Amino acid sequence: MLEIEKLVKRYRTGDMALKGIDLVVPDGQVMALIGPSGAGKSTLIRCVNRLVEPTSGAIRLNGTNLVALSTGELRKARRKLGMIFQEYALVERLSVMENVLSGRLGYVGFWASWFRRYPDTDIEEAFRLLTRVGLDHMVDKRADELSGGQRQRVGICRALIQNPELLLVDEPTASLDPKTSRQIMRLIRELCQERGLSAIINIHDVALAQMFAERIVGLRLGEVVYDGPPTGLTAEVLTTIYGEEDWAATMQKGGDDDAGDEASDDTPARAPRSHDDTHPTFDRDRMAGLT
Amino acid sequence: MTESVVHSPRRWRKPPLIASPLVRWGLVLAVALYLAAALGTVDVNWKRVYEGLPRGWQFVAAFFPPDFSSRWSEIYDGILESIWMTVAATVVGVSLSIPVGIGAARNLAPAPVYYACRAILAVSRSFQEIILAIFFVKLFGFGPFAGFLTIAFATIGFYGKLLAEDIEDMDPKQAEAVKATGASWLQWINYGVQPQVMPRMIGLGLYRFDINFRESAVVGIVGGGGIGATLNTAFERYEFDSAAAILIVIIAIVMLVEYSSGYLRRWVQ
Repeated sequence: MLEIEKLVKRYRTGDMALKGIDLVVPDGQVMALIGPSGAGKSTLIRCVNRLVEPTSGAIRLNGTNLVALSTGELRKARRKLGMIFQEYALVERLSVMENVLSGRLGYVGFWASWFRRYPDTDIEEAFRLLTRVGLDHMVDKRADELSGGQRQRVGICRALIQNPELLLVDEPTASLDPKTSRQIMRLIRELCQERGLSAIINIHDVALAQMFAERIVGLRLGEVVYDGPPTGLTAEVLTTIYGEEDWAATMQKGGDDDAGDEASDDTPARAPRSHDDTHPTFDRDRMAGLT
Repeated sequence: MTESVVHSPRRWRKPPLIASPLVRWGLVLAVALYLAAALGTVDVNWKRVYEGLPRGWQFVAAFFPPDFSSRWSEIYDGILESIWMTVAATVVGVSLSIPVGIGAARNLAPAPVYYACRAILAVSRSFQEIILAIFFVKLFGFGPFAGFLTIAFATIGFYGKLLAEDIEDMDPKQAEAVKATGASWLQWINYGVQPQVMPRMIGLGLYRFDINFRESAVVGIVGGGGIGATLNTAFERYEFDSAAAILIVIIAIVMLVEYSSGYLRRWVQ
């Protein structure tokens, strides 16, 4: 269980990114965090694993206050926080397998990682995860040879091999086409269900958030302005989160199958990658939850 | 009136770099005057130049034909010495510049380490190899050890600075993702930073090897050993034909290193 208490982040420029956030994420809950650009979504999830240092407040993961940890303790705590990034953030010149195994860095010693001598159980788990997402045939490909959807699946494996207690997911679909976006979101949700894992997913796409999350939290200017079920996102609620706009189209398409990129007009980098995830073998697609 | 303005084609010119025409032309005039004055102080005695021409020609003619045989064992020893100086200095210099380069990258190092490493790089880069060589020859005496130190020291400045700059230009997201897994600092460097800078570093290492071989010929002239010492001896003995042979050997080796390092660098990308 993740408990966030009066979390404040003030950047050195003086900008108040988070103005006292209180939030509880129970075990096994997939929560979507929505809000306009600059609302503090990214800052909030980065405060949890302290890629951004919080100014004040407390963040407790199963009782441990992450904000108070020393550098060494923080390293140990980060192992339990899997993170999936916008635009994948794979190390491009490392192979798929090396990228996945880098999720174990917190568990192995320096020389073992330097010589890529990971324990057999880690290698086995890496193969198992890559098979699960349908990429076991690409272990020795360099990460930059993969398509967007494939890269994000490697990113998911890297986070899961950490054996995390919580997934922090930052705009997982920001540069993917609508179909791949749905596949990735579906995969994340399924994996969370399989492992009873809770997740915080930052996402611009309201329709996707409604489709795949059990709970939606709306952030505006560093404050929680909505916290409730996906069905509660009425036009008035969306107006409080994002500001005045004709929300009719978004609302209609919310549950509809043709939604996707309509609702996210502030993510311009949607490269059309239509045939990314079409693999010859039906089995792999099924395994990856792509059917 | 307005009618004609609308119909005439509109003109556009690139705005001048310096807006005021007075300042602009004044600057041009000042530069021209200074250049003329400077050339005027170079006192060339054309008569003497003319008289010296045949002697110059004799000097050039003395280089031909190049004589490889009479001093071959000295040339051979000098070349071998230069090559080991180059190899040793490149390996040692690059190895030493890795920690300095990492420390001099603003996105990796805390401020005190950053300033200390930048200072090391600045010192190493502020002296030309000849000056360093004279210094090291005074310190350690004549011979290839002084030359080796000179080249290794100069390599630190070159390689460390370029490494630091390459690290500063890396993609922070890839490094951040590795940090988020709970990696230690060294693991973070090995997984998040090293893969990003490696191809360029290998290329620069080969390029520096290339430079170091040429430097090894120069430092010999001031007593740093190697082929440069052999070349200097040949000049002092007025054995211009042997000197020509040495120059040809140096050119051949530089070309060989140039082509092979170019080939290797393409292969690394």
